[in-house]
Amino acid sequence: MIYEIRLTITHKYAQRAGNSRHLLRVLPRLFSDRQQMLSSRIDVFPLPDYSQNRVDFFANAITTVTHSEPHSEMAITMACSVGMAPPQIWKDISSRLSQLREQVRKCRDLGATSPVHFLGPSYRLAPNADIAAFARDVTRPDETVAETTIRLGEALHQAMTFDATATTVHTSAPDAFAQRRGVCQDFTHIMIVALQSLGIPAGYVSGYLRTLPPPGQPRLEGVDAMHAWVQAWCGPDMGWIEYDPTNATLVGTDHIVVGYGRDYADVSPILGRLRLAGAPVSTQTVDVACIDGP
Amino acid sequence: MLDAQGRVKPVWSEFISHVCSLSDEDLTKRFARGEQYLRDAGVLYRQYDETVSSERQWPLSHIPVILEEAEWAQISAGLIQRADLLEMVVRDLYGDNQLVASGQLPATLLSQNPAWLRPLVGVKNAAKHYLNLLSFEIGRGPDNKWWVISDLVEAPSTAGFALENRVAMTRVFPNHFAGANIYRLAGFFQAFQKTLFDMRGKTVGEIAILSPGQMNQNYAEHAYVARYLGLLLVEGEDLIVQNGRALVRTVAGLKPVSLLWNRLPGSLCDPMELDPDSLLGTPGLLDALRNQNLKMVNALGSGVLETRALMAFLPKIARKMMGEPLIMPNIATWWCGQQSERDYVIAHRNQMMIGSAFSTIPLMASPDSTSTAPQLDAAGLDGLPTLLQQSGHQLVGQEAVTLSTTPTYENGALVARPLSLRIFLARAGNGWQVMPGGYARVSAGNDAKAFAMQHGGKVADVWVVSDQPVQKPSLLPASAETALRQATNRALPSRAADNLFWLGRYVERAELGMRLFRAYFARINDGASHDAPLSRFLREKLMEDTAPTLTATVPTATAMAARFGAPLSDALRAASKIGDRFSPDGMMALRGLVGMSNSFHERALTAEELPREISILLRQIAGFAGLVHENMYHSDGWRFLSLGMSLERASSMSRVLSHLTATDAPDGALDLALEIGDSVVAHRSRFSIFADQASVLDLLGLDDRNPRAIRYHITRARRQIAELPGHAESHRLTRVARQVLLLETQLATSDVASLTPQVLRKIDHDLWALADTLTATHLV
Repeated sequence: MIYEIRLTITHKYAQRAGNSRHLLRVLPRLFSDRQQMLSSRIDVFPLPDYSQNRVDFFANAITTVTHSEPHSEMAITMACSVGMAPPQIWKDISSRLSQLREQVRKCRDLGATSPVHFLGPSYRLAPNADIAAFARDVTRPDETVAETTIRLGEALHQAMTFDATATTVHTSAPDAFAQRRGVCQDFTHIMIVALQSLGIPAGYVSGYLRTLPPPGQPRLEGVDAMHAWVQAWCGPDMGWIEYDPTNATLVGTDHIVVGYGRDYADVSPILGRLRLAGAPVSTQTVDVACIDGP
Repeated sequence: MLDAQGRVKPVWSEFISHVCSLSDEDLTKRFARGEQYLRDAGVLYRQYDETVSSERQWPLSHIPVILEEAEWAQISAGLIQRADLLEMVVRDLYGDNQLVASGQLPATLLSQNPAWLRPLVGVKNAAKHYLNLLSFEIGRGPDNKWWVISDLVEAPSTAGFALENRVAMTRVFPNHFAGANIYRLAGFFQAFQKTLFDMRGKTVGEIAILSPGQMNQNYAEHAYVARYLGLLLVEGEDLIVQNGRALVRTVAGLKPVSLLWNRLPGSLCDPMELDPDSLLGTPGLLDALRNQNLKMVNALGSGVLETRALMAFLPKIARKMMGEPLIMPNIATWWCGQQSERDYVIAHRNQMMIGSAFSTIPLMASPDSTSTAPQLDAAGLDGLPTLLQQSGHQLVGQEAVTLSTTPTYENGALVARPLSLRIFLARAGNGWQVMPGGYARVSAGNDAKAFAMQHGGKVADVWVVSDQPVQKPSLLPASAETALRQATNRALPSRAADNLFWLGRYVERAELGMRLFRAYFARINDGASHDAPLSRFLREKLMEDTAPTLTATVPTATAMAARFGAPLSDALRAASKIGDRFSPDGMMALRGLVGMSNSFHERALTAEELPREISILLRQIAGFAGLVHENMYHSDGWRFLSLGMSLERASSMSRVLSHLTATDAPDGALDLALEIGDSVVAHRSRFSIFADQASVLDLLGLDDRNPRAIRYHITRARRQIAELPGHAESHRLTRVARQVLLLETQLATSDVASLTPQVLRKIDHDLWALADTLTATHLV
């Protein structure tokens, strides 16, 4: 299945601002067995006077751009085409929850995919008693970690209402949980805190979501901007699984991964610093078209 | 001081008999001499109360800590070994993580540790070593054995003040010091300075100290070290990263920086990749490090070595990595993430200090950090076992050590107080050099927790005494080459220049206020009423309509403090932001001025007393101006200070003349102008006793030899601007040079008749426009 993805972010400043620096995390990741990049480009206007590509600690692609000349508007466009392999057949070989802590404790790996990075707390997320209580009520003894993750995701989806006006990018997980409303970022943050409260390593995944569903299937929530979902570590045998609590579904070929991190702060698509009074007015549009599939 | 048998140790006996030979009165006098020196040198610390922070006197204990050379050699050997070990460990933590892979360190000790900076993992260091300057807090048990209490890696502080403590002590005990074989400290700094210059290598970039700024408790020391070693003192906002290179904004434009001696907590250095909430860092700094265009002392991220729980693993790591045990042990530490260690801590919880495993706060820096993690306070000692079972991996237990004591002088007697030493190590040549002496902290009571200065703890000089005469290092720079490089190091950060410029303006503004009030009250004392036309005119036009108060004198003084006390405080504030560029004498003069003008309020001066008191202030402010023009090196910094003074004086004189030479000005206004312009005598010798409009405008407006005249200062400003960076290189005038030349030409070609109030107001306006251009060109 091949997608053509297009992302446009614009920033407008009240006054002209110079000496700006932005970090962009917008390019899909590459996995030989799941997600391949057929072509990609990032355009920034006005043309930056410095631009550098690299990967961060979690192996996400980062582009750094700087502008020294004052400007009142900036537009970033990412266009790429990505080939997605069909998902592997689901087989629950995950650990029991009771085994997991010991398995994490024995871990001697500090690489990007090691579960030890995803135990919390992180910059945006801290343990929370209400969310922990919610998680505790949902789980059953003697479940596998994968079962727990899915059950928790479904329960959260039931409990929460998708509402693009209830929260902002800065809303904390406990606040969003208290009002039981929010967008994909809030769903994801809450689910990470919940999983971590059970001792399950969990992280934030940012990415793109297919805009138009396959024929006969409902349109998913979160298609108008970059999307977010959860990854959970299910023990050394099964490794990571990805789950989208906003749509109550395991992640398959509709989800295109851009970044992995501990929370939104690790993967925010655009991060800027400039001398500016007030925040920029920003817009984001995403289009993910399937060009060869159903 | 005493040995196991209770006898005075030989190394102490000579000093103690010296102290005993002095009378109480003599001792008090000597101690005061030491304190005076520290005040004059600007050695102080910043104390934080709930809402305000203030500068406090440096709490020097006047009794040194004396150590024998042999004991010192042992301490040195232990700490050098530890420094080498820490270098190996930090290299691994940011390199291939063998310590975790081999099970010597638990992975979560890093993965959940805020001091382990992920963006720096795998980043190749441009400098050869991660660590170049370290300090250690060590303590001595009752058995006379030394222990490492804390590893201070991130921003080892107070090395500079160790030197100042020493100088102060030589003032307290000059005779004793000259005769005793005490190791000198200056060589340590020279060696470290050479290391810094060697690290920079052949690059053209600056070496700068990166400071959190004036509100930090150690800022005075940062400024001191910058002055002493001839380094640039910068703050995060002074730096900018372009094309993967760090640059400093200076009055001459952007200049490359090759080496930063970092005094910021690592996580605050770059808000884009590290703590996004940091207001102190420089966006993109990590870019410069990654591109290997910038070196840092110590390497960014090294602060992870301060993690308290690491102490639990270092003894074993030393054996494995170095094949030998630690020469000096660290304070016994148990990480509660492991079952057996946790059980041990639970069983011995009454003799433990239990705290956050990830804390990088030195153990005895503040009483809060000594006690416990916040969740512990809630749990209490009884809840401890449960808490440790639940979140043991976030906690450590550390043996509650008993520290041996040292004598200190309290209320006329020597008393014994717990002591810890801070020892400094710097790389020099191929190895580590240990500062032979250092910095002792003496507890305020018998409680080892009361070390913090904020809680009454004192600092003491440390004397390492030899049996032989010691070598006295020369105070000359280590090599002619170093001296030359320092001399050519002229970059002036724009922020520092801006503060100097405003310092000049504020001082002049204060002076004008003083002259106005003195003239005003002199007239009141001569019998003029507050309602007299001239009194009223003066108040309305030039004194911001300050209301006269006929009954109480206190409100009058209060109003005065607002007129010239406020600019003086502003001046002091500007000066204290540039501690490295402004002389201690100048700071003292400013402090004196602020203190005296504040005292007007408390002393409730009467109208009769005011002119005389203001005259004293004016003499002090003249002394300050004299200091600026006679004592300061004519650097770019001095030029901005001088420009601030000139532009403010020219502008205020334009304003004064525009009102006092106006046709509606009351009788006596012209004499008043001469008095405010301090030109009564000059007028008498050049013209006549009677002032007319033409003579006043000539003397205070157009004269190029009267340092009170508008033209005099515009000419001086023009000359200063011509010397600023970027002005000498081309025949084409810069915008700021053109503006000042136009103003000067206008005054040079004017006659008194054309200096109407309207023209004077225009000149005032043009002067402000000139200052704006100057700011835009050089100061932002």
